[in-house]
Amino acid sequence: MSDDQLSLVLFSGTEDRLQAAAVLTAGAAALGKPVHIFLQYWALDAFRADRIEGPRQLAPEAGPEGRAAVDALAVAGQQSWSETLRQAKDIGEVDIQACSLSMDLLGIETEQLDPLVDGVEGVAAFFVNAGEGQLLFI
Amino acid sequence: MTITNEAPAAVPVKLDARGLKCPMPIVRTAQKMRELASGQLLEVVATDPGAVADFAAWSRTTGNELLESSTDGGEFRFLLRRK
Repeated sequence: MSDDQLSLVLFSGTEDRLQAAAVLTAGAAALGKPVHIFLQYWALDAFRADRIEGPRQLAPEAGPEGRAAVDALAVAGQQSWSETLRQAKDIGEVDIQACSLSMDLLGIETEQLDPLVDGVEGVAAFFVNAGEGQLLFI
Repeated sequence: MTITNEAPAAVPVKLDARGLKCPMPIVRTAQKMRELASGQLLEVVATDPGAVADFAAWSRTTGNELLESSTDGGEFRFLLRRK
């Protein structure tokens, strides 16, 4: 367990938070830091294969101006959060796990998840994998 | 402004990262570096305003040497050597 690794707990399923998480993941992966991602609640819902490319709400504080700014950045060439995560997995060691409790809560089966998700685990396994590195909750 | 650590001899491989938003210039650079042999040079041009700090940090952390870092208008040019 390296103390140089980054662990992210993704809770929110809003586009802006997922995008921020994807940027952090890609940056860490580019620097050679292993990244562990644990998907809970609404973030897990966003990783359903049939929803991952779909439109998503923004965090409440965004407002109409925030929506316009996020849309403008996409038009200017910022790729989607899911594509950023794919690139992060391409260049680095990024492991994405679904929280088993959230799978139950949302009634999701493993085969319904996007291939970005590597598996399903419980919170104990997540903490063991997270080790001594940084942990962020988004 | 140009900071030169060493005069490069070989012709570098080029990567156009202009227009890419953070963190894609670094991500594309990491991808491109895999195609290079140790010692080969990579020249990257980017427009992301964080690129100057990012390439310096990326170089320090990954060990791929940043030989030059220069600014020309809104464009940032980096010359890297694969470790």
